[in-house]
Amino acid sequence: MAVVPAAAAPVIVTGAAAPSQSSLERMRRRRRGIRSLSAYLLVLPAAAFYFFFVLRPIALSAQYSLYEWNGIGPATWVGLENYVEVFSNPKLVGSILNAFELILYFSVIPVAIALFAANMIRAIATSRLAGVSRTVLFLPQVIPLVAAGIMWSWLLSTDGLVNQLLRLVGLGGLTRAWLGDFDTALPAVGMIGAWVLVGLCLVLILAGMTKVDPALYEAARIDGAGPVREFFAITLPGVRQEVAVCVTVTVIAALASFDIIYITTQGGPGDSTLVPGLQIFYLAFYERNIGTASAFAIVLMCLVLIVVLPLQRILRGKES
Amino acid sequence: MQELSTRPLVLLGVMAFSAAALTACAPPGGTASPEATSDTDFGADGPDCGDEDVVLDAYFETGFPLPTALTEEFTKQFPNVTFDIREDQFAVITQNAPRVLQDSPPDLMRLPQMSELASDGLLLNLDPYAEAFGWTDWPPSQLEQLRVNDEGRRGDGPLYGMGLNYSMTGVFYNKELAEQIGLTEAPKTLDELDAALQDAKDAGLVPIAQFNGGATGGLAFPLQALMASYGDPAAINEWIFQQPDATIDTAENLAAAEHLQKWIDAGFFAEDINSLDYAQMMSRFIGGESLFIFNGDWESGNLDNQMPGNAGFFLMPPLEEGGSIGAMSAPLTYGVAAAAENPDCAAFFLDWTATNDEARAIAVEVGGSHPMGPADAFMPPVEEGSTTAATLDAGAALSEANGAMDFIANATGAIYAQSWTPNLQKMVAGEQTPAGMLESVQADYESQVGN
Repeated sequence: MAVVPAAAAPVIVTGAAAPSQSSLERMRRRRRGIRSLSAYLLVLPAAAFYFFFVLRPIALSAQYSLYEWNGIGPATWVGLENYVEVFSNPKLVGSILNAFELILYFSVIPVAIALFAANMIRAIATSRLAGVSRTVLFLPQVIPLVAAGIMWSWLLSTDGLVNQLLRLVGLGGLTRAWLGDFDTALPAVGMIGAWVLVGLCLVLILAGMTKVDPALYEAARIDGAGPVREFFAITLPGVRQEVAVCVTVTVIAALASFDIIYITTQGGPGDSTLVPGLQIFYLAFYERNIGTASAFAIVLMCLVLIVVLPLQRILRGKES
Repeated sequence: MQELSTRPLVLLGVMAFSAAALTACAPPGGTASPEATSDTDFGADGPDCGDEDVVLDAYFETGFPLPTALTEEFTKQFPNVTFDIREDQFAVITQNAPRVLQDSPPDLMRLPQMSELASDGLLLNLDPYAEAFGWTDWPPSQLEQLRVNDEGRRGDGPLYGMGLNYSMTGVFYNKELAEQIGLTEAPKTLDELDAALQDAKDAGLVPIAQFNGGATGGLAFPLQALMASYGDPAAINEWIFQQPDATIDTAENLAAAEHLQKWIDAGFFAEDINSLDYAQMMSRFIGGESLFIFNGDWESGNLDNQMPGNAGFFLMPPLEEGGSIGAMSAPLTYGVAAAAENPDCAAFFLDWTATNDEARAIAVEVGGSHPMGPADAFMPPVEEGSTTAATLDAGAALSEANGAMDFIANATGAIYAQSWTPNLQKMVAGEQTPAGMLESVQADYESQVGN
């Protein structure tokens, strides 16, 4: 509460021309008005973009979701029928379940690996190896997802590098068409996602670790803590915020995944890698069922919010 | 904490308000389908490209050299006509078709399944051109698949497309590998084919490398061929053309699907078919890694170049020798947008591809398939023993047997990616039965046709 009550404000009277208290107040208010007006003007372009390219499409999707429409001809009002379809069609529900399974690969695995790798890199921070490993682990993040998908579909094919390596080490019995097998297709696309997302999590967590006071580690060591105790008592609480960001971003990537799956399996074999993003695309562009596609898109958006908002609260803790 | 819980609520509130405000507006989409009809007054010489400079706006499919080769020859013969060509993959064309036809209507466009596009008034009714050019005198079966009636059913009604040629599918085989198992001539019955497949398997060869990965289930090719061996192609066409009460779930089709299941169980297909795509299938076949593939004559020209003299072709044999034959055979469909700028010139080009000798030669040599047009029209000489010669012979036999049918994947816009493909992939993995597949496809079909 920095606003000083007007009566208590010191008024310096220098002569007869001195402005009265009320005109000073007016000037101050006008100045504040101009300042906030210019602030609004500065925000306006971004807000306009946000409205036209984020809010308006969401609102339009919400509108389309209440109609049966093929995208061209006249639309018919069907109320909430499309939403009923989303929750009653086993294929659509199945794609949602697949997306939840992907959270394991897109989120849990990358965050765990990144935490472990970041801790190792912190321990060898002064050596050149730290820089090299940071770069190598971050590299997948700069490769476009589509390129990563194409590359991995070669690596995972019957004669691909993965199967060649397995044969080389005498595990030829395990070889298979990883992306064409009902049991392994979803884990395989999941691992591609994990490979891509480790770099992002690593960089975020490493940045968080630099904020942790070295004196804490010193004190812990004096108290006789080992590296494991150090990690759980100091490092992990220290990077809690960064882990929260990682989990949020990767969970959204899992639930809203599209590119990697479209490139590698297109939802197959069967429907084993079908995810909501891909199903929305099929509904809209192949079945030309804009209403159900929009309803599914709105459901997906709500799902992401429902999952991510409580996660944020749990992970960020009370300090935020 | 307080802030965290209220912010999303406010955001949701704002969005809900905007949504409510928008939904209060008019419903999306047009009020009625536009009726597209072309001008029927073409003057004394009929529709043509005139003498002034014309740029035809064309939207073609990537990976097929035929349309571009035809446009080059056309510009050579009619220098006032040039082409502005955009190319995309077929899957992209399928996704884009309605919006492209609506927003930037091309003069010539490669079409996906076109009944919905015609029903939405996005395609030009070509009947006046068919009259003016005499397409009505051609064998009616050539254009039947391109007719859509006012209920959105194909097979009759106004003409909404034309073919650059018409293609047909069957079985390609590697002659060298066939000799290894003593197969010197095409099997005459399904039993003989079964025996050849078993011989190939016993000899350590991969009998069939069929693509079946991604959103394109290539097992639909052998399945439909088997359907023609077991049943009547006309009944399958009725289903594809969405005739009332048509069903794919019949006893004959069940027998065909069970036969396919037998092949799967016997290990006649490459082990990784569920991750094989079309390009991989072609490279394996050309590389001599499989004895058979089920594919179309559009590859004839390519195979003549890549494995000259070594690729043979036959139609799926009937159950008994001399029995009825059938095959997927469809025009390489092109259409004109309802709002195209140069419809007369586009239609003139389509007529030229079927009636000009050079164009017909290109259709055979570059496209590898039979040109459209009158039955007695010019045919270019083809090298004896070539793959193209084998496919053209098979085409003649098919037309004589009246066994042509459209592709079961063309019944609706989504039936291939959303129903045939996942079900066929499940069959490979043992997660679907032949009867379950037909039942599931029929249920999807009914819900899609209902829409």
